[in-house]
Amino acid sequence: MIVDTLNIRFAGLGGTGTIKASDVMADAAFRSGYEVKKAEVHGMSQRGGSVSSDVRFGTQVHSPMIPEKSCDFLVVLEDSQVAVVQGGLRPDGVLLASSAIDMAKLPSAKALNVAMLGLLSTYLDLPRENWDAALRANFAPKLHEANAQAFEIGRAARK
Amino acid sequence: MTPSKDPKGRLLLSGNEAIALSARHLGVALGTGYPGTPSTEILENFTAMGGKAQWAPNEKVAAEVALGAAFAKARVLVTMKHVGLNVAADTLFTMTYSGVQGGYVLVVADDPGMASSQNEQDSRNYAVAAGIPMFEPADSQDAYDLLRIAFETSECWQIPVLFRLTTRVCHSKSPVQPLAPWGEIPAEMSVPAPTFERNISSRVMMPAFAKPAHRRLRSKLAEIQVWNETEAPGLLEIPGSKSLGIIAAGICVHHAQDAAPEASVLKLGMTYPLPIERIRAFAAKVSTCVVVEENDPWLANMLHAEGIPVFAKNDAIYRFGELNVDRVRRIIAQDNSEEMPPPRGKPPELCPGCPHRSTFAALKELDCIISGDIGCYTLAALPPLAAMDMMIDMGASIGMGLGLRHVLPREQAKRVVSVIGDSTFLHSGLTGIVDMAYNVPETGHVVVILDNGTTAMTGQQEHPGTGRKLAGEFTHRVKYEEIARGVGIPNVMTINPVKEKERFKQAVADALAKDELTLIVAQSPCVLAVSRITAAEKERKVWEAEQTKCTLAQGGAQ
Repeated sequence: MIVDTLNIRFAGLGGTGTIKASDVMADAAFRSGYEVKKAEVHGMSQRGGSVSSDVRFGTQVHSPMIPEKSCDFLVVLEDSQVAVVQGGLRPDGVLLASSAIDMAKLPSAKALNVAMLGLLSTYLDLPRENWDAALRANFAPKLHEANAQAFEIGRAARK
Repeated sequence: MTPSKDPKGRLLLSGNEAIALSARHLGVALGTGYPGTPSTEILENFTAMGGKAQWAPNEKVAAEVALGAAFAKARVLVTMKHVGLNVAADTLFTMTYSGVQGGYVLVVADDPGMASSQNEQDSRNYAVAAGIPMFEPADSQDAYDLLRIAFETSECWQIPVLFRLTTRVCHSKSPVQPLAPWGEIPAEMSVPAPTFERNISSRVMMPAFAKPAHRRLRSKLAEIQVWNETEAPGLLEIPGSKSLGIIAAGICVHHAQDAAPEASVLKLGMTYPLPIERIRAFAAKVSTCVVVEENDPWLANMLHAEGIPVFAKNDAIYRFGELNVDRVRRIIAQDNSEEMPPPRGKPPELCPGCPHRSTFAALKELDCIISGDIGCYTLAALPPLAAMDMMIDMGASIGMGLGLRHVLPREQAKRVVSVIGDSTFLHSGLTGIVDMAYNVPETGHVVVILDNGTTAMTGQQEHPGTGRKLAGEFTHRVKYEEIARGVGIPNVMTINPVKEKERFKQAVADALAKDELTLIVAQSPCVLAVSRITAAEKERKVWEAEQTKCTLAQGGAQ
């Protein structure tokens, strides 16, 4: 059981699937019975600029935005963004960068966000069926098989 | 798409989705508005659930369409971003006098910190200025619940109600326990059937009728204030320390609970007219009472005017930008030391292959003075293009361009071009070109409409120039060339600035050389929308053929 609030920030550039990844994360935690909040900013950030999306879950969540230096996990989908966001990590927090994934193995470059979720899932105590259900609920059926593959590739990337 | 559900049957919804669902469950008869971040998804979701909603050409028209419907006793929802309320303000300030017979809720979404806006105006000021009751939900559940009370308030006092959101309420997701299944109108929900009843003195706001109407408005507000003191919808007193109390509404309530978990918190729901005595009693119970609010010192000033001793944030620092847990912690600690600037990320830019790139490159090569407007293309102001010299509000490109033409010395005036997007032109550019045709500058003028076939900036919404309605249904297509000719602009043409690059540049050069009025439609689809537009255009041909057949059949029968 995850007590209090767990803070996960997804960061990337517009078009890298950052917000989608945070939607799946929030969905998987919500299906698992946690209080969940998620914050993001739309608009100008969609035009190829820096994008980040916060997911907070646990027994109680107040602000949807993660306080300074409080990220338990930082999931960065575009390595150029590591320098921009790594200051948000708590001292014992975990940085998951996209370089952890072997892009050549992925069914498509677009599936990187799902692979990163696979990697993240190895750190979180959430039932696997809730991850699978969240992935299916947030993507079109034609992507389900490729996503299942990408998620496994991410899980296997845990060192 | 249905949202994710937890084991308790709650839904994880954004504030915008929660408002759409609530509106659906309340049997709202008509939703209308103009797309604007962060409000856009309300009507999109409402439509997706089976509600009837439509995009208006601008917010003023939306407010007026809704007013007509509310005069006929319908329950109506109007949505817009904060700057849209400026456009609708003329309607706002007098519809509070006339009142309404149906339920009328106007949702306005502020953007503290300007994530995607040209200013961070605080719409709470409109509540006082126009005399309109206001609710401020703190999260998705609060939005779902308070919308119902907002409609009840509107119907009980026959007055329009303002529902004020901010970016973080609109776009944050949090759990909602719905009162009915997704998208369904509950069987027990009975809304009055629209009907017209004449009441000239309440709806014709000429001075003789408006004078008593103003008095009626003030009486209604006085009654609503008394009701808010006793019923206090959405008000929540979260018990805590006697030494620190926090008064807040909206998202600030949640920031405050993280920033000072020990504090007593008074969460407000209806913030105009304020439940002053409830607030006074709360403030008296704690030794230090802090108002936490974004942007203007609106609440703090109201409470100070009532003689309630509260600490306000330092506006030299905290008036700017949105608040978060850390800034609220600093406000409570009265820490006015310099803030660390957030790390600079990558700024947004025009998409690769965006047709605006070609258009602005040509204008730059011609050394134009570019009066710009609101949309994705505002990004052309940034390097390397740096091809926009001014941008203020929707439609201003044309007026500002004309102003420059009227006063600049001839050699500079000849370089001025007004550049405006398709949706923006239909929103607020029409009166601009009427002025152009009426008060013609000596050097003429050149207007370029960037027709990319969608409202790209806010996420590809339809508009009257696309010939498709909110949910994609085909309808009449408003044509820019016909408008321009109808107004009396002599030189009108449509050119693809990507496929006919040289022709486009030459056309602008020729137009600049003449002392005449020219309107060029630079037509090339948004790269993000091109496949959707192409598919829709193919279907449209079939639809148009059907329409012609129907007309012929009707003609034959006569």
